[in-house]
Amino acid sequence: MADIDRLEKVDGFKVVGTRPNRPDGVDKVTGRARFGADIHAPGMLIGKVLRSPHPHAKILSIDTTRALALSGVKAVLTSDDFGDVPAMHQATLHNVMAHNKALYEGHAIAAVAAVDVAIARKAIKLIDVEYEILPHVTDVDAAMAEDAPLLHEDNFTSGIDPKPSKPSNIATWSEFGHGNLDEGFSQADIILEREFTTEATHQGYIEPHACLATYSEDGNSEIWCTTQGHFLVRDTCAALLDIAVSRLRVTASEIGGGFGGKTVVYLEPLALALSRKAGRPVKMVMSRSEVFRSTGPTSSSSMRVKIGVRKDGRIIAADAHLNYQSGAFGGFIAMLGAMCAYACYSLENVRATANEVLTNRPMQASYRAPGAPIVNFAVESVIDELAVELELDPIEFRLMNAAKEGDRSSYGPVFDQIGLIQTLETARDHPHYQATLAKGQARGMAVGFWFNFGGLTSVSLNVNFDGTVTVSVGRPDIGGSRAAMCQMAAEELGIPYDNVRTIIADTSSLGFNDTTDGSRTTFANGLAIIRAARGAIRDMCARAAKTWDIPEEAVEWVDGCARPCGSNAGDFEPMCIAEIARKSPKTGGPIAGHHEVNAEGAGVSFAVHIADVKVDEETGRTDICRYTVVQDAGKAIHPAYVEGQYQGGAAQGIGWALNEGYVYGDDGIMQNPGFLDYRMPVCSDLPMIEAKIIEIPNKGHPYGVRGVGETSIVPPLATVANAICSATGVRMTQIPMAPPVLLKAIEKNNKQV
Amino acid sequence: MANIQVSTKINGDTYEFLCRPDETLLEVLRDRIGLTGSKEGCASGDCGACSVMLGDRVVSSCLVLGAEVEGQEVNTIEGMADGGNLHPLQRNFIKFAALQCGFCTPGFLVAAKALLDKNPDPTETEIRYWLAGNLCRCTGYDKIVRAVLHTAEEMRGQARG
Ligand code: FES
Ligand code: FES
Repeated sequence: MADIDRLEKVDGFKVVGTRPNRPDGVDKVTGRARFGADIHAPGMLIGKVLRSPHPHAKILSIDTTRALALSGVKAVLTSDDFGDVPAMHQATLHNVMAHNKALYEGHAIAAVAAVDVAIARKAIKLIDVEYEILPHVTDVDAAMAEDAPLLHEDNFTSGIDPKPSKPSNIATWSEFGHGNLDEGFSQADIILEREFTTEATHQGYIEPHACLATYSEDGNSEIWCTTQGHFLVRDTCAALLDIAVSRLRVTASEIGGGFGGKTVVYLEPLALALSRKAGRPVKMVMSRSEVFRSTGPTSSSSMRVKIGVRKDGRIIAADAHLNYQSGAFGGFIAMLGAMCAYACYSLENVRATANEVLTNRPMQASYRAPGAPIVNFAVESVIDELAVELELDPIEFRLMNAAKEGDRSSYGPVFDQIGLIQTLETARDHPHYQATLAKGQARGMAVGFWFNFGGLTSVSLNVNFDGTVTVSVGRPDIGGSRAAMCQMAAEELGIPYDNVRTIIADTSSLGFNDTTDGSRTTFANGLAIIRAARGAIRDMCARAAKTWDIPEEAVEWVDGCARPCGSNAGDFEPMCIAEIARKSPKTGGPIAGHHEVNAEGAGVSFAVHIADVKVDEETGRTDICRYTVVQDAGKAIHPAYVEGQYQGGAAQGIGWALNEGYVYGDDGIMQNPGFLDYRMPVCSDLPMIEAKIIEIPNKGHPYGVRGVGETSIVPPLATVANAICSATGVRMTQIPMAPPVLLKAIEKNNKQV
Repeated sequence: MANIQVSTKINGDTYEFLCRPDETLLEVLRDRIGLTGSKEGCASGDCGACSVMLGDRVVSSCLVLGAEVEGQEVNTIEGMADGGNLHPLQRNFIKFAALQCGFCTPGFLVAAKALLDKNPDPTETEIRYWLAGNLCRCTGYDKIVRAVLHTAEEMRGQARG
């Protein structure tokens, strides 16, 4: 009999750990796969958004008369079309459409729906908006100044007791840690204190936001959109438009990248509200410039890090203070940054504090391990400097202080089985770390941490009459996860991978699922699929028992078949899944499994990155010559896609380290809202990225899976900075380390020497 | 502005369409012909997601006007497989996990095929520079480059018989 809650999978996987072709592969190489913008509906209108040209301005009036008078315009939308919403949705509503004030350049002011794109574009130019321009602030430190322009008059910093007497731009204060810092620092032989800044980066998914919304006269509506979480889209849009959740069905298209940036709504409520007004389907697609100016970049930051060590290499005290710029609305990213600051280390005296700071920039959204890479750059830079001072190998220094099972983490909980030490040791012994450096190159490394999440999950698994299996999950597949889902179902059922098909069900077909973020999909869906499969197996064993007329306990499931087991079970030929399924109408009806859970126990993970770089001291250009990622996956279900996560995260981190960044003028306008000026790494910028998977099982998952998607973006900023420091002797305290910036630092350093 | 009448060959078939003078080839393909395999990532020639063949050249179809293809031959991702047979590049992109989200994939495949048609034995560096006009945010390019290298080798093997 199958025990649904059994946690360990005996070893000897058959399907898990192999690299089969992904089920959506052919659709994606033939152009057949349908992404957000690849859909048309009869009678469809095109929606466009009018966006604020000012970073901060009072909206005195909006006159839509001229736009509405244009032939072909079917609806115009302003904030007046939305009613009051529950407090938890207010920031979202005010972000998708400005109410009274424009809070950043690119903030939506109004929207139109017209019969074609040319008319829609023309119509938004005919909307007359009267603004009163207000002073603005885009810099994180400037926004905290006494006399800074206030974004929200009613913002009193949360997390401080008693509540502050005056409003400010600091949305939240967070603090984590334990021990006694003063005592710790008093025992230190070396104390280093350094300041750092980083610029905001964009998730940079190649597919812009897109959706198609249809509001029907009977109140039933549908949205098709590119999103990391269609249940979130449903619940948010229902709240913003005040419609019952059951009336709205959201289907997730194939998604062209998200990295956290598609975990919030932008166009979807506008398209649905326009459709409600116009009585026709409305399609909306953002331009690249809108994506940059109006959707979720990450925080920019200013940080101070202070670490004390004893001569024997033991870190005795560590303190950090972070200011994270969060755009026009507050979030939780600074808090996550503070939690991650020292998570890699076993520390007796530690503290990390953080301000989440409001500015006239687009509302920040999560970006792969949100908050972690920023603080990691600061902390791992100081750790590196300390290793040099102590004349210790950087990996050995980290090993001396690494967090391990049973340690109290710097953010509170006690660590379960974690793989940091093995990860560091594997990196130390890796051929890359052992290799002699090529001429003119230098090496750097850093370690990084991410929590990983579980959360609300609902899946169903249906056994078809021919013995094949269909799995329905509720989280969009952003990087090949359907393959891993099929593998886990096939493994558990003991059937071939090709006999399982996984689909992403719409919001009316399954219970609520948390968004594809927090590296949760393979962990939490997998957990639920395995349990759903065990439920189906239990049923199939019972059907066989019934057919054989023996007790259910006398049947076991082996390799896709029910078999009699035990002494008095009788002698029957195994009955395989296809036969049981074929006979199922006569043995009780269709066979299915399902599982609903708030999945806990997502194991944390650690990564070590190693980079060899070459710096051109005449231009300040850094080339990455060799790069290796070592990361704990718990158990890699489909190793090729695990490697892909490691490589992709590393590439994004390298881009962040070296080139990417929002550039603002004094006018508060983003100066580089396109791929030409916001330069992400291209193929010729990078070497092969070696991905080394290690597997320290996570006890919270039947197969040991940990999340793998995010940790890989955490170490690259510091890894590259540390390598640049060994190459040039210059300790960079500013990200991005773009050629002009690095060149200046090198020249300054040369003068001093 | 009056629409322009255009006659062209797309993936071997003859098409006639009307388009606005300012309408791009990408818009025509996606919104008029219904070939949505070519993607818009930027509409400014910077991402390569819209790559198609115009005659024997890879172009960003977002930078070509629909009216310009009069009398020319356009080949898109939808025409790459030979009936039910995937092109070796398509097969190897799947096999090597050279796609995660797959949004950049049509553009990479069109560009990579153009490379192999010209140069059956490219070095890693040649591949990296040839594909530098195509952005991929998911993969870090490693598996894409490996898939192209492997396909080139496989196709050379076949050519030798
Ligand atoms: S859409 Fe044409 S190059 Fe980006
Ligand atoms: S696979 Fe997502 S952009 Fe390339």
